[in-house]
Amino acid sequence: MPEKFDCIVVGAGPAGTACAYELAKAGVNVLLLERGEYPGAKNVMGGVLYRKMMEDIIPEFYKEAPLERPIVEQRFMMMDKESAVTFSYKGLEWGREPYNNFTVLRAKFDQWFAEKAVEQGALLVCETVAVECIVENGRVVGVRTDRPDGDIYADVVVLADGVNSLLAKQLGFHREWRPDEVALATMEILKLDKSIIEDRFNLEPNQGCTIEIFGDATKGIVGTGFLYTNKDTLSIGVGTLLSGLIKHKIKPYELLEYVKNHPMIRPYIQGSEPVEYLAHLIPEGGYHSIPKVAGNGVLVVGDAAQLVNAIHREGSNMAMTSGRLAAETIIMAKEQNDFSESMLDQYRMKLMESFIGQDLKKYKDATHHFERFPQYFEQYIPMMNRAASQMFTVDGLSKWEKQKKIWRDLGSTKQKFKLARDMMKAWKVMK
Amino acid sequence: MLHIVACIKQVPDTKIIKMNPKTNTMDRASAPAILNPYDAHAVEEAVRLKKEYGGIVSVLTMGPPPAVKAIKKCIELGADEGYMISDRAFAGADTLATSYALTKALEKIAKQRPIDLIICGKMTIDGDTGQVGPGIARRLNIPPLTGVNKVVEVNKEKGYAIVHRKLEDGYEVVKSQLPCLFTVEKDINDISFAPLPNMIKAARYQPTIWTADDLENVDRKQLGLKGSPTIVSKVWAPPKPEGGKILTGTKEEQVNELLSIVLQKKELFS
Repeated sequence: MPEKFDCIVVGAGPAGTACAYELAKAGVNVLLLERGEYPGAKNVMGGVLYRKMMEDIIPEFYKEAPLERPIVEQRFMMMDKESAVTFSYKGLEWGREPYNNFTVLRAKFDQWFAEKAVEQGALLVCETVAVECIVENGRVVGVRTDRPDGDIYADVVVLADGVNSLLAKQLGFHREWRPDEVALATMEILKLDKSIIEDRFNLEPNQGCTIEIFGDATKGIVGTGFLYTNKDTLSIGVGTLLSGLIKHKIKPYELLEYVKNHPMIRPYIQGSEPVEYLAHLIPEGGYHSIPKVAGNGVLVVGDAAQLVNAIHREGSNMAMTSGRLAAETIIMAKEQNDFSESMLDQYRMKLMESFIGQDLKKYKDATHHFERFPQYFEQYIPMMNRAASQMFTVDGLSKWEKQKKIWRDLGSTKQKFKLARDMMKAWKVMK
Repeated sequence: MLHIVACIKQVPDTKIIKMNPKTNTMDRASAPAILNPYDAHAVEEAVRLKKEYGGIVSVLTMGPPPAVKAIKKCIELGADEGYMISDRAFAGADTLATSYALTKALEKIAKQRPIDLIICGKMTIDGDTGQVGPGIARRLNIPPLTGVNKVVEVNKEKGYAIVHRKLEDGYEVVKSQLPCLFTVEKDINDISFAPLPNMIKAARYQPTIWTADDLENVDRKQLGLKGSPTIVSKVWAPPKPEGGKILTGTKEEQVNELLSIVLQKKELFS
């Protein structure tokens, strides 16, 4: 007779592990399944981990977790071919407790986090793929794995199986994602001396910097490039909507090479040596793409539920919080011994009331807007660069003359109206 | 009921390990620790024999606390019990001291349940010596059968085992008394895909851990660095092979040039 657990969590990423941790802590008998050789072996993240949501689960985790650098500066580059308008915020308060966020290498961090869940009493089984949910009488009662004697049962199954979530798809919770609902991120980890990193990015030891790059980093496709500082490596990557890559017939690795060789980026990474190459899909459909997240005996968390805020590059924090909220719901369901959809649907309500639902709602049309109207990335960023160049080049022209020139560069009256309208629309989808 | 003990070791994955260019020693942090591949085949064979003849499979290792992971891997493969000896006193052991410590642990295991058969991997991939298995057999005064690539029969009632030993030009069939010790080749079996209940059992499993004090009649002078006569006087990396010559030109030119080079190397035809 196969063993029965209170709960099976499929996937030991931030969402699944957070859920398993909280459940085990509450004394729930939980099995955490991971398909990789170890947690963190299969996933990809640019590398920013937010302190608050992690601390909701493990207070003062930063005293022992394998983190790279606390981020004290966030730069945003609006980049053209040979120029960039950059703005940044650097605050040393972020370099002290309680910190704001950290760069991390997920292969290390996820292993540590999963060990913490195991310490709480969760049972972690790796190298095991859950191939489908076992459904009896319209209820999920367990999962079937790829191993011999691989069926395993539970009162409730949590699907934390990542962006494609084949298990939720089999249950009919969502269809195949459209190319404009997922981004493809490709990145490299580049080895570089600690002291060189600190010199180049103007950092003290144990300070980190992130740079988000818009415009030419993605050749005008909706998406961003990024460059993050780790202890003795840099994470560089580029993520664009799949639809954009298809439309422009650009291969993702070509885009990454383009960014790495871009004259505005090259100096940062000069002399470094690639040690790892990674690529992964990221769910960026936002609010409109959130699938059904609760059913009879089943919950969906993290990337599997499309919980990513593409505008603010937040994902792991939403994953962790969704895992925690799912655990709270399961603990309540267990007390009442009711794992029906109507009971578990409280998870969806909690999710929507939290910052996750609120933030995704705020930006519900944002990515879709920028994808529909490519002029923002293709035209307005270069325009902004030309204006800055014009204004700050000292060539004997009066500043009035310069302003007139910049104004003329915006185009005909009709084009100016269009620009104004586009700015209004952008404000509307972002506000 | 057979009692088979497989002796195993956790090793750095030497396929991907980096060498420290200054000291020519392994940078252990650069590679994950894995179950020595030959030992996986030893455990697999023990489990196969258990299925065929009935019995119990125990595994034994000596190592630092993280080596528990290697024992768990063996439980996944189907082993029933795991024993580990772990103590600072064992640190720095060469093959002589290692086989001594393992023998003492085997004696303790045998007191609880007599051992019929010990199976070791042919060698570890970090040391490549293949000495620990025979060392244990010698100390226990049982026959060592090295290079085993097939077990034909194990007969506990009549007290013998028949195996194939791999030789350079074939194999020999050997019949030995029980108990005895095998060291096995990789081609003895294929590692099977562990069933889920084994995975769950392994995730929960905590092996029996003994320190030097837990073992009986131990001569501490024979443990660890003190008991290791091996001296490493120098470590060096083998020279890198020189790049070969690449022939250019038309096909005919290349063939002609190749032939003239080959014909010059007369020793090839002697």
